[in-house]
Order: sequence, then C-alpha cells, then structure tokens
Amino acid sequence: MTAVRFILDGERIEIEVADPTRTLLQYLREDLRRVGSKEGCAEGDCGACTVVIAEPDGDALRYRAVNACIQFLPTLDGKALFTVESLKAADGSLHPVQQSMVDHHGSQCGFCTPGFIMSMLALYHNNPAPTRADIDDALSGNLCRCTGYRSIVDACRHMYTDYARVELDEVGLMAELRELRRDRGFSLELEAAHYHAPVTLAELAELYLEHPDAQILAGGTDVGLWVTKQLRELPAVIYLGNVAELRRIGVGAEGIEIGAAVTLTDAFDTIVPHYPEFGEMFRRFASLPVRNAGTLGGNVANGSPIGDSMPALMAVATRVRLRRGDQQREMALEDLYLDYMKNAMQEGEFIEAIVIPPRVDALLLRCYKLCKRYDQDISAVCAAFALRLDGERVSEIRIALGGMAAIPKRAPQTEQSLLGKHWDESTVRTAMDSLRREFTPLSDMRASAGYRSRATANLLYRFYLETRPGQALDNTAVNVFAVTA
Amino acid sequence: MRAKETAPGRAIPHESASLHVAGEATYVDDIPELAGTLYVALGLSSEAHARIRSIDLEAVQNAPGVVGVITAADIPGVNDCGPIIHDDPILADSEVQFVGQPIFAVAANSYTAARKAVRLAEIDYESLPAVLDVATGRQQQSFVIPPMHLRRGDAEQALQSSPSRSQGAFSIGGQEQFYLEGQISYVAPKEDGCFHLWCSTQHPTEMQQVVAHALGIDFNQVVVEMRRMGGGFGGKESQSAIFACIAAVVASKLGRPVKLRLDRDDDMTITGKRHGFEFAYDVGYDDDGQIHAARVDMAAQAGFSADLSGPVVTRAVCHFDNAYYLGDVAIDAYSVRTNTQSNTAFRGFGGPQGAIAIEYIIDNIARQLGKDPLQVRKLNFYGRDERNVTPYGQTVSDNVIHELVDELESSSDYSARRKAVAAFNRDNEVLRKGLALTPLKFGISFNVVHFNQAGALVHVYTDGSVLVNHGGTEMGQGLHTKVSQVVALELGIDVRRVRATANDTSKVANTSATAASTGSDLNGKAAQDAARQIRNRLIRFIAEEHGANLADIEFAGDRVSWGSGEIAFDELVVQAYQNRVQLWSDGFYKTPGLSWDREAMQGSPFYYFSYGAAVSEVVVDTLTGEWKLLRADILHDAGNSINPVIDIGQIEGAFIQGMGWLTSEELRWNEAGRLITHAPSTYKIPTITDCPQKFNTRLYQNHNVEDTILRSKAVGEPPLLLPFSVFFAIRDAIASLADNRINPPLRAPATPEAILDAIDALRGEHQ
Ligand code: FES
Ligand code: FES
Repeated sequence: MTAVRFILDGERIEIEVADPTRTLLQYLREDLRRVGSKEGCAEGDCGACTVVIAEPDGDALRYRAVNACIQFLPTLDGKALFTVESLKAADGSLHPVQQSMVDHHGSQCGFCTPGFIMSMLALYHNNPAPTRADIDDALSGNLCRCTGYRSIVDACRHMYTDYARVELDEVGLMAELRELRRDRGFSLELEAAHYHAPVTLAELAELYLEHPDAQILAGGTDVGLWVTKQLRELPAVIYLGNVAELRRIGVGAEGIEIGAAVTLTDAFDTIVPHYPEFGEMFRRFASLPVRNAGTLGGNVANGSPIGDSMPALMAVATRVRLRRGDQQREMALEDLYLDYMKNAMQEGEFIEAIVIPPRVDALLLRCYKLCKRYDQDISAVCAAFALRLDGERVSEIRIALGGMAAIPKRAPQTEQSLLGKHWDESTVRTAMDSLRREFTPLSDMRASAGYRSRATANLLYRFYLETRPGQALDNTAVNVFAVTA
Repeated sequence: MRAKETAPGRAIPHESASLHVAGEATYVDDIPELAGTLYVALGLSSEAHARIRSIDLEAVQNAPGVVGVITAADIPGVNDCGPIIHDDPILADSEVQFVGQPIFAVAANSYTAARKAVRLAEIDYESLPAVLDVATGRQQQSFVIPPMHLRRGDAEQALQSSPSRSQGAFSIGGQEQFYLEGQISYVAPKEDGCFHLWCSTQHPTEMQQVVAHALGIDFNQVVVEMRRMGGGFGGKESQSAIFACIAAVVASKLGRPVKLRLDRDDDMTITGKRHGFEFAYDVGYDDDGQIHAARVDMAAQAGFSADLSGPVVTRAVCHFDNAYYLGDVAIDAYSVRTNTQSNTAFRGFGGPQGAIAIEYIIDNIARQLGKDPLQVRKLNFYGRDERNVTPYGQTVSDNVIHELVDELESSSDYSARRKAVAAFNRDNEVLRKGLALTPLKFGISFNVVHFNQAGALVHVYTDGSVLVNHGGTEMGQGLHTKVSQVVALELGIDVRRVRATANDTSKVANTSATAASTGSDLNGKAAQDAARQIRNRLIRFIAEEHGANLADIEFAGDRVSWGSGEIAFDELVVQAYQNRVQLWSDGFYKTPGLSWDREAMQGSPFYYFSYGAAVSEVVVDTLTGEWKLLRADILHDAGNSINPVIDIGQIEGAFIQGMGWLTSEELRWNEAGRLITHAPSTYKIPTITDCPQKFNTRLYQNHNVEDTILRSKAVGEPPLLLPFSVFFAIRDAIASLADNRINPPLRAPATPEAILDAIDALRGEHQ
C-alpha cells in the first residue's frame, strides 16, 4: 500500500490511510491527539480548525491557511503542515503571534483562538506589513463570538513590531519537500474507497475515462461537505491538485488561461490586474482559507446557481476548455450550463482550463455581490455588467447574474433591448423593468424573490450611475464599503 | 481604556490566555478519552407536530459499529429535563413538538458510524396541526405559561389625555447563541451506580439534578465537572441538560463511557435561541416629547416548552423602561407556544428585547416632533430625585445616565457629526449616513431571589500557592481571572499564586447558573469571604505568635507585615500550618435586600443598575440596503472595574454580538417548521470586517454605590444593548430620504432586504 507522506513540525510523516475521505481534522484530533485544532462547524465556515500548509511555489515557500475539517487527509501528500501545536519555541516560549494575542487580550473563551493563531501565522509569513484591510482578509474565515475582533486586530498589528521576529528554516523545509515530490501519480486502492492523485494531464485524462463515475476532487471546499455533512460515501476519488498542467496559469496575447486546479487565490491574483472591477467580489467570494483551497475550475464545474465566479467570467466572455481522453474542446462559459446542476460535459470529460479573453478597449465593467455579510457569505444576488459605448449608444452589453435562476445566467432579452440605445436614465429605467420580467428568482433563507428582483434592477441602475457619460459617479458615492467615517 | 492607562496589576490577561493561544486549553472534547468510549448521535423529528405511530430502529441497531440504541422507554427515571416547568422530554415519547426534537439515540464505536446509523431509522408519524409563528399562537391563546400583566397608574386614562400618541407595531427576531464550541457531554460510569460528567454547561448543579432524575438516583451519585466552555452566552444554561441526560442514560444502559458531541447543524436544529418578540404599542406624549403613558403588548416566541421563558419575559417587562420614566404604564406579556425549538437564555435574557421597543418608540416620537432623537431620549431619562421609580416599583437610586450620556455626547463629537451627516446626505443621491446615540440601564440580579447566592472554597497550600473553587463557570468572560484577583488581593499575594479550578459539584454544592451577569458579583464575594476567613486566622496567629497588634497587620506584595516585623507569605503559611491553623475555608454570599412579587410584578428585583451608552455612525446604500458601520463610540459603567481589559473585552464583544442580532443574524424556518439557517453557511454572525475601523470603548469612571465585590459592576449582559445605536443609526439614514419626518418601518434584524423594504415603504409614503 502506498503511504501518504508529508512534513509535520519538520519531521517526515508517512501514514497508511484506511479511508481517503478521512479529514485532516479527524486525523489530527483523533489519531494524533493534537487537539489544539477545534471543530466548530465541519463545513469550512468558522475557522476553528484552521491549519497552515506550506508548499514550494517556484523557489519560494508559500504558506496557506486552510480549513482542516474539509481537507481529505491524502491531499496533504507532498506538503508541510503546521498546527497550533507547532508554534511554541523549544524553550516553551510563545511565538510572537501567540504572545501578541495574549498581550492584546485577543482570546476570551479561547475556542476560536487556535484557528485565529494559524491564520495570523500565515499572515505573519506572507505579509510583513499588513493594512487593516489585509488583516481583515487574512482573518475573514475565522469566526469569534466573544471578542468583537478589535483586540485581535490589535494583536495582528503588534505581532510584527513588539517581538523579535521568528523565521522558519525555509531552506531545510524546501529540501525536505523536494524529496517528497512524486514524478508519477499515486493511488490508494482501499476497501473503503479508491483514491487517485495523478500528476500529469495525460494520466488524469486516462484515469477519468477509465473511472467516469469517480468523483473529481480539487480544493474540497464543496466535496468535503458531502462527506462531513451529508455523510456521503465516495467510492472513487480523483484528485486534481497534483496535476502539473492544471496548476498552470498563462497570461498572453490570447488572454488569461487558468488551469482547473489553480486555487481561487492564485486565479484572482492573476485576473485582478486585468479586471480590477472584480477585486471586491473576489475578496468577498469566500473566506481566505476557502479561496486558498478551492479552485476556480471547481467553482465553474460545480455550476451552482449561487456561485459567484460565473457571472463575472461570463460578463467578460470567458470560455472553458474541456478535455476527454486526448480530445479537447472549448465553449463559451454560459453554454456549459444546461439546467439546475446539469452541464454540457460528457462522461469522462472534465474542465482543463478557464480562458479569459484579453480586456477589450473602453470596457465599462462592474461586478456586484449582495448578501447579509461582507466576509464569507453566499450571494443573494451576484451581478456583473459589461458595457461598451459607441458615443453614448450601447454597442455591446453583457449582463450575467447569479442567484436569479437555476443556473448562472446571462440576460439575453434585456441585453438585446439595450443594444443601440442611448445610455441614459430612461433607457436604463426601461431595462430595469425588462430585467425584472426576464427572471423569476426563488425565495430562500438568503433573500426573497422580491428583493432579488428589485435589487438586481437597482444594481443595473447603480451600474448606470457609475458609467453614465459625463457624470459618472465615483465608487465612494455608490459603494458603502468604500466610505469612511 | 487600554491596558497602559489602568492601575498596575489589575489589567491582567485572562488566566488561560497562554493556553488558548497554544491550543493547550482543554475543552470537553479534548479530554483524553477513556478506553471503551462510545459516541452518540441523535435521531431527530422531521415533523413540527405529530403523533409517533411507530419507530423502527432495526436497521439502526444493525448498522456497522453500532453498540446500542435508546428511546424514551430506556430512561429509568423521569423523562424530563425542564428547568422550571416539567414539559421538556429528554426523548420524545408518543408525540413530537418541533422539527429537530430528539427521539432516539445511537451509540457506536465512532462518531461517524453513529451519525450514519441514525439515518436508517424509520419513523411513522401522524401529523398534527402545528403553530409556527407568534401571531398565530397569540391568536390561538397558545401559551407556555400564563400571561403577565404589569400596571402602574391608569395608562388608559393617561393616554386619552396625552396631547399626542404614537401607536404601532415592531418586530424583533431571535438569535442563535452560536457558541463556537457546540454542546457536548462526556459521561463515565463509576462504581456503585455513580456517574462522572464533563459537560459544557453554565449550570453544573442543574445538570447534576436532571441527570439524577433521569436515572432515578440520588444527587450524590452524580458529579459534574466543568473547567471551561468554548462560549455559552445563555445557550448552555438550561439547554445543556438534554444532552447530559441522554449521554448519562446511554452510559447507564451500556455501562460504557459515552460522549455526546453535537454536529453544528444538529446543535442549531435542536437547541433554543433568543426569543423573537412582537410588540404592539400605544404611547402618549406631550409637545416636548415627554412620555406620559405607555401601553404595550409583547408576545415572545417561546417555542414548544416553557424552558426559561417565564424569567426571560419577566426581564423583558422589567426592561421596557430602559433608562426612561414612562408615567402610567400597562404591559401585557405573552409567552407564545410555537412548534419550534424551545427558546431560552441568551445574554440579556429578554432585557434587550424589552428595551429596544421603547427605543423604537422614542425614535418615532422624535421624528413626529421633528427633533433629534437624542433630545427626546434625554428628556425622558429617569430623574435623580423624582420621576425615579420604575414601573415595577423599584427606585432608581444609582442613576448616572445623565452624566454618562453628556460625557459621551461630547467625547464622540456628536453634534458636529450630526451636522456632517446631514451635509453628506444633502450631497449624495445613493448613499445616506445615519447617526444615533442610545443609552442603557440594566438591572443586575436574578429575578428569582433565591438564585442570588454563591459558595466558594479556598485552599492555601504550604508553599503559599492557592487554589480557589467556586460555583461559577468560565465561558470566556474572565470570571476565574477576576475571582483569582479578588482572592489574591485579599491575601496580599501575586495573582500568579492563585489558581482557579474547574467548577465541580462535589466541591461547591447547590450552585446557581452562571448567568444574569452575576458571576463575579456572587462568586467573587463568596471567594472573598473564604479568603477573608483564612486571612483572619492568619492575623490571629501572627498576633499570638509574634505579638503583633491586630490593626497593624497588613497583607501586601506577597508579604505580611506589622509594626515591628514582617514575613513572607509562604513562610507564614508554613508556620501557621505547623501551629495547626486551618489554611482552607469555604465562603458564602447572598445578595442583600431583594424582593419580587411575581403576581403583581412589583418589587425590588435588582441589587443595582448598570449604565452605558453608544454612538454609532453608519452608511446605507439606498439601492440595495447594504450598509456599513463606520464608527462606534462607547462609554460604559462597570463600576470600579476589577479588570478593565476583561471588561472592555466583554463590552466590545457584546456590542458586536448585539449588532449581529440586530442586523445580519436572521433565523428562518420553512413552511414545514424546519429551521433552514442551521449552520454558519446560512446563519451569519459578524466577522472581522464588521468590526468598525474606528471603535472607541471607554469605561465610565464610577464605583458601585452598593457594596459589591470591590465596588465593581457586572458587565456580561448590559453592553448587549449598546448596539441599539447601530440599528437606530440605520433607521436615521433611511429617514433622511424623507427629511427625517417619516418613521421608516424598519424591522430587526435589519438585513439588506429589511432595509430596502423600509426604504421602499418610506419612498412610497413620501411621494
Ligand atoms: S470546523 Fe469550522 S471551518 Fe473547520
Ligand atoms: S474567544 Fe470565544 S469565540 Fe473567540
């Protein structure tokens, strides 16, 4: 049997895994009895289980905070793991991140604290001088019910300045990690389930043709919940995270190409310089640990009606490249989705890459996300608008919406009705009516159908206010999150 | 106030802070497991109200890993765990009363095996009519306890003769506690029919009692131990009982150690929450805005059983006045039975619900008169020497609300910012800013007089280290830290010599819940009493042994000194021990001077009042209802604070938690009565970005006029009322769309949708 190999506290661990869907958190708490990491939700939404994973990224080491509760243990293969127990120095003294938390009274009941500490550790290593916005982003996946967060923000600010810096032996770690590199995929063929982790695209394509019923696993931010919440059994899993070709990002004349296993964090970092209008939605897409684990390909493949990336990507004419065996094909993203949780992929076919075209000239673009909370909330509505004007007339418009139908969807009727029109208040008012007629959203715990319709129409109006010729409103005049006291 | 500004030695970190940050603080699920431990999962009702025709558990019993299954029939004692009224079945018997009610329990070799097995049960139900909302229950007179009525003067008459009236309705949603550590109980069977429980609970004594009842054994056969909770907030006061009982019944039946740890979804589906309330009001006032009479009808969603609804609703009634003298008053309060989770304690315990209603009304009055709401608030504050009796007959004798609000008004720059907000609103077509200052007054003590007692045990060991045990539980509020500080101060030693240990029913008996903010008031006093007895014995010993003058003996800086000599504390205790002086003691405390007539709803139920106020500034998007808190300024009265950094932490935490209740935290049930916001993915408590960039919290310089522990004031619950200012700032922003002359019908929680609804209603009315 193949063992899963990873580094914990600088030591190589090799373990035989009996059930490949055993979560990292279960392994830590139950097998290793490292009980510092807590379970608060088992669905990637509270951060009590946060651990840090380090991986080589070129010549550097990348630290990523992830939710141990939804990471399957074998996905750790080839990586270095840090938990809250890893931090104290040999003499028992606290790490600066920990000491700052003590000195600024950032823990009360303490149950969320180990998770915060680990998110702070990743921040400590990744960003030497974070702003308040950076701190918020780094801790966007950690819930604390006790403190109100001010003390934790203070602890983050002071963890750099008030204590002697502690560095890790990155060179040594890199060397260790290099030794764990696999040139060929590995499989665990166990009684409980089969797990395959190919390392090349060809291997993957072949495997999936052979096992079309296998569950494809990338970041696990959705599939993980099938196991922890729905208690589903997954007889066969194919993990994409080690497939080199799928982890690639290409930026060129053809646009941006994001491999299907690229994390949301990396994908967003690549896209935003070209489409800065997506920045806020990407920040609010999910918590940082979820963005660190989840992939853009996964979000797109999932095709959830409330997935946020699709409206944005559709608005800029994104295409998907599919692969089946050695066959490739490409299609417009909106053509991938047929009906609720139904897509155009065939048996054995998978997403290889997302292809975002280069930015066109004079593009007026916005993307809005509406939900109850700034950080880490699922949209009631996600709306993206892309417009080009010929003088003051609409020459091109794309409206793409999430949360408004059974699939992420464009608004062809409204788009059509706008073409050639003068981009003015009365045109937009008419288009708002059209948009309300074109969609019949559902009511659920996130919002009522009525709110979704009204707010979506109003977002079109906001888009107009931000793009109206000659008197466009600034972001600070329309966006509450851009306002300061 | 930050650590630096406070007296040295008092602003010390939480006693477990170094353990928290290292992941070394032990919660119940972290305790090393005993060999043979079984894991329990619960089978829950899928019906809101139904008769159970049959339960087929054969497939469950035969599932992999399953060791045993229990139903109500396996409970050897009483099938009830209700804290006051006995209407809370441990396992549903013939009838289920809400979706999520536990019906059976499965014990297996692993947590996952137990959870998987649960799903194999086949239960046949015969549906019965269900009441799913307060309005319907109210109409059907479906109550869990009899309605309550409070009368002062002739409200009807006074309303008639008032120059103006404000009439209307207001609704406020409930709130999930969302303690980060879910409910958990771990039970070990012991010899001779005894049991040891580790239970995440605010009320170990009650757990001891309900478990004994369920098993039909004596209280002395059950020990409950509680070192710390990962948050409680009221949710582990009575509602830890059902889990303690089920785990104990399984452990008793199978003779094995049993752990019952709830999955978050199950936890939220089973347990009760803060009561949502519906208010209908009629208030009379004059041209200045002074209130002459108030009539209010409040209906609380109690859920399927009484649980703590009686005291919760009583507290709501006793906080409808908040900081205001209301003239003649008539309050009718109903605890409405619905086929939903049985609502329970949650920080503030009805007080916030009662108080926000009067704030809503005052807000209305101000707008009807075209005044700044702050003016009208101030005008109605309780007087010092007159207009100072509450509707329930208690005289407000420690009032500092005038001074406190004046101080905050100027330190927060309220009036300049009021002008700046108006200017912003003139210049913006989409975004609107709002500003509000709201006050609070909160009564401290349990409304049930006999709960206001506490015990403690202090041991001084011969190396000079001290162990303290008391009846309170630690849930993050810093109780153990404060109690240790009290003991250290009493003995004149460094607080690091004092260790507070797990609450344990075999050490201090018959304790009250750690609730009603009374933790440090009661247990601090009891521990002080214990420490003082030891100190007094040491004083007598020094007087005899060293011929010291009693009055000269001082305990300070780890030393004891008297006129002519001094001795290190640890040396002294060795000497004392060798001279057979008892170096440990119990201590006891009961709060003086309380009275309460439940029928008439009159008396002096509170030892004293806490005060505070907050100013919040928000910006609202009038197209979508999105909003953001830009700045909050808080001034809060913690009396003579025992530990300012802990108190500040409590205040800030309560502020953000209360803000969640009033804005993003929305509980939703579907038509079948199933809670559909049962996990953090759908139920949104505040996160770090919600903490405002400008957040100024200060303690008001005060000391308690009553003889409380070190003249401090309780600080757990009162600050939960501070974020009223956020809600009313949002309302203020909306009202600016109609020149502040129309009252926006804003409901709580003010989600973007609720805000947009209020905006649209206002625009409709304004046009
Ligand atoms: S336990 Fe909540 S995110 Fe993992
Ligand atoms: S300290 Fe209790 S949840 Fe954060």
